[in-house]
Amino acid sequence: MSTLAVHDHHGVEHHDHDHEHHHNETFISKYIFSMDHKMIAKQFLITGITMAVIAMILSILFRIQLAYPDKSFPFLETLLGKNFAPGGRLDSNFYLSLVTIHGTIMVFFVLTAGLSGTFSNLLIPFQVGARDMASPFMNMLSYWLFFTASVIMLSSFLLQTQPAGPGWTIYPPLSALPKAMPGSGMGMTLWLISMVLFVASSLMGGINYVSTVLNMRTKGMDLWKMPLTIWAFFLTAILGILAFPVLVAGVVLLIFDRSFGTSFYLSDIVVQGQVMNFEGGSPILFQHLFWFLGHPEVYIVIMPAMGLVSEVMAVNSRKPIFGYHAMVYSLIGITVLSFIVWGHHMFVTGMNPFLGGVFMITTLIIAVPSAVKTFNWLATLWRGNIRFTPAMLFSIGFVSFFISGGITGIFLGNATLDINLHDTYFVVAHFHLVMGSAAIFGMLAGVYHWFPKMYGRLMDEKLGYLHFWLTFIGAYLVFFPMHFMGLDGVPRRYYSFTEIESLKQWVSVNTFITWAAIMAALAQVAFLFNFFYSIFKGKHATQNPWGSNTLEWTTPVERIHGNWPGEIPTVYRWPYDYSKPGHDEDFIPQTVPFSQTMSSNLPHDFEDSPVGDQEWVNTSKSNEHVK
Amino acid sequence: MAQLQQDKEKLNLAPKKFNMWIFLFTSFMFFMALTSGFIVYTGAGKGHELNFKIPDIFIASTAVIILSSGTMYMASKAAKGLQFAKQRMFLLLTIALGIAFFALQVYGWYIMAIKMQIYFANPNASRSFVYVFTGMHLLHIFAGLVLLLNNLRKSNGKTPQVKNLYSMEMSSLFWHFVDIVWIYLYVFLLLNQH
Repeated sequence: MSTLAVHDHHGVEHHDHDHEHHHNETFISKYIFSMDHKMIAKQFLITGITMAVIAMILSILFRIQLAYPDKSFPFLETLLGKNFAPGGRLDSNFYLSLVTIHGTIMVFFVLTAGLSGTFSNLLIPFQVGARDMASPFMNMLSYWLFFTASVIMLSSFLLQTQPAGPGWTIYPPLSALPKAMPGSGMGMTLWLISMVLFVASSLMGGINYVSTVLNMRTKGMDLWKMPLTIWAFFLTAILGILAFPVLVAGVVLLIFDRSFGTSFYLSDIVVQGQVMNFEGGSPILFQHLFWFLGHPEVYIVIMPAMGLVSEVMAVNSRKPIFGYHAMVYSLIGITVLSFIVWGHHMFVTGMNPFLGGVFMITTLIIAVPSAVKTFNWLATLWRGNIRFTPAMLFSIGFVSFFISGGITGIFLGNATLDINLHDTYFVVAHFHLVMGSAAIFGMLAGVYHWFPKMYGRLMDEKLGYLHFWLTFIGAYLVFFPMHFMGLDGVPRRYYSFTEIESLKQWVSVNTFITWAAIMAALAQVAFLFNFFYSIFKGKHATQNPWGSNTLEWTTPVERIHGNWPGEIPTVYRWPYDYSKPGHDEDFIPQTVPFSQTMSSNLPHDFEDSPVGDQEWVNTSKSNEHVK
Repeated sequence: MAQLQQDKEKLNLAPKKFNMWIFLFTSFMFFMALTSGFIVYTGAGKGHELNFKIPDIFIASTAVIILSSGTMYMASKAAKGLQFAKQRMFLLLTIALGIAFFALQVYGWYIMAIKMQIYFANPNASRSFVYVFTGMHLLHIFAGLVLLLNNLRKSNGKTPQVKNLYSMEMSSLFWHFVDIVWIYLYVFLLLNQH
C-alpha cells in the first residue's frame, strides 16, 4: 500500500508520520515483543549489561579463591550455599564452573550479543537510512531467543550439581561424558541447550544485518559512503553467518556422544576404573570444529568495537578518519584471514609441524591489517581538535589495550614459543587485554556516544571520567602482572597454587590482582548508576549533540517509529567531512549536497562520482578566482 | 509550493528473499562442517574408513527428491501463470514426494541398522556420520515440508498474489537447496564408501 504525503517545503518539519503501520502500540508491543530496531537494541543492551555484571561478579568470586587459597570466607557459604562453597571456601569443581560460565557469558552473551546485538540493531537502520531491519519479526525473535538462552545459562546455578565446568571451549572428553566431573552433568546439558538457542539468535540477527546493509540503504548511500561502523557490523555479521553453523555441527556431534553412545570425540575412556565402550573417536576433531568458529568469534567480538571506535574517534578528533579505504580493506583482510588461523589454538595437540608452520604464518599476517588499523587510529588523533568526552576516552583506551594485548599475540602466534606459553596466564593476559578489555571499552565508548540516540538524554560526564580512569587503570593492574606469571609457567584454570612449590611465590601477585579487580569492579557501579539514572533524569540531548555527520543524528530526538518523520534523507557525501577547509562549520553532515558547500569542495570529492559533477568543481574553482 | 510525492512504503519483499539466501548459506556451512569433520576423522587413523556399500535404496530416494524439484518448479510456474488449481496439484505432488523421500531415508536407516548391522553408536564414527548426514538433512526436509504446507494454504486464490508468489519463491529456493544438499551428501558418501 502506498500513501500520498504532502510535503510543504516551507513549513515546519513534519512530525506526523503516515506510515502504513499506524496502529496503537500497547505496552507489550512497545516494550516487550517490540519489532522496532531501537527498542530491540536497548533490550539487547540492558540484557547484555546485566549478564556482564553477573559474569564480573563470578570473576570476583574466583579471584578471591586465587588470592586467599587457604582462608575461608563465611559470607561465601551464605551466598553460594553449602554445595558450592562448603565452609566458606569455594569447591574446586565449582571454581571450574565459575571460570567456564564467566568465559561463556563474557564472550558470547556480552561481547557477541550485547555488543553486536545492541549496536548493529541500533545503528544499521539509522546509519544506512532505513526505516527498520529487513525482517523486524526475525529481529524480535533473535532477541527473545537470546533472552531465553541467557535464562537457561544462568539457571544452571540453581542445579544441585554444578553448572558446566569444562571451560568455555568445552573440550571433550570432559564435556562429552556426563559422569566425568560434577560440571559435566546436567550443567553441561543446559550449557549446550543455551548455546544452541544462542546460535539461532545470532544467526537470525546476522542474517538481518547483512540483508539490511545490502538491500536497504537510502538513496546515495553507496558502499563507500557507509560509516566504518556499518562496515564493521556488516563484516562481523558475515563472520557469524559463516562460523556459527560450524559450531552447531560440532555441538550436534557432541550431543550424540553425550547422549546417544556414539564416539566421534571419544576413545579409550576409563571413568572411575570402569572401561567405557567408546572407541576410535578423536577429541582433536572437536577442537578443529570448535576453533573454526572460535577464532572468527574473537573477531566477531572485536570488529564491532573497532567500528564504533573509528566513528567516535573521527567525531571527537574533528578530523576525517585517517585512511578510510585502508580501514575498510583491513577489516575485509581480517575477516578473510580469521578463517585460516584456527590451528594456532592447537599448536600443542600434536599437529604436524608443517601444518603448524602454515597456521603460524597466516596468524602473523593478521598483524598487518591490525597494525594498519592501529596506526590509522593514531593518525586520526594526530593534530586533531580532540574533545575528551567519556566516549573518546574509552576509544583511546580501546586502542591502548589493542596495542598492548596485540603485541603478545605475536608471541603466542609462534608455534615454538607457544609450547612454553600455551595454557599459561600469558594467554589469559593476552586475550583479556586484546579482546576482553578492548572490546568492552569499545562497547562502553558506544554506550556513552550513542546514549542520546537511545534515550534522548546525555550521560553524566564526570561519572564517565571516574568510570574510565578507574576501569582503565584497574584493567592494566589486573592483566599486566599475568604476563609475568605466564612467562614463569603458571598454568591457567588451576584452583590454587599452594600445592606447587615453584608457584607459591605468585600468591602475593594474585592477591594484588584480586584487589585491583575488586577496584575495577566497584568502578562499574559508577557506570551502572550513571546509565540507569541518566535514562530517567539525565540532561536532555539536542538532536546532534556531538556535531556528527552520520544519518542517525538527522532523526528527531523523540525516536519515532520509522526513524524519519518525512522522507528518508538522501546521502551526498562520505561521513567523515570534519574540519573541511573552507567550510564555516567543522562538520558537514552526509545529507548536505555539494551544491551547498561551494566554498569547501575539492576535486577529490568527485573522484568516483558521475561526470556531471565536474561542473561543481569548475564552479567552485572559478569562485576561488573571484575571491 | 507544495509538492506531491509518492511515499514508497509498499511491501518491500526483496530484503526478505535475500534473508533466505543468507540462511541457505548458513545451512551450507553446517553441512560443509559435518563433511569436513568426516574427512578429518577418516584421515586421522586406520580403520576409520566407511568400508561398506551405501544401500541402494538411496538411489531411489535421490531419484524421488530430484523429481520433487521438478514438480516444485512446475508449481512455481503455475503460480506465476495464476493457475491456482495446477499450482495446488503440483504442490501436493511435491509434498507427497517429500514424504516419500523421508520414508525412503528412514527405510535406508532400517536397512543399515537391521540388515547390515551398522549401528549409529559405532566404534567407527565415520559410520555414525552417515546417520548424522541423513538425519540432519531430514530435519531440513521436515522444515521444507512445513514451508510447502504453508504454500498450499496460501494457494487458495484468495491470498494476494504477491504474497502467494513470495512464499512460493521462498520455499522453492529452500526446496531446491535441500535437494542439492542431498545430492552433494550422496555423492560424498559414494566417493568415500571404500
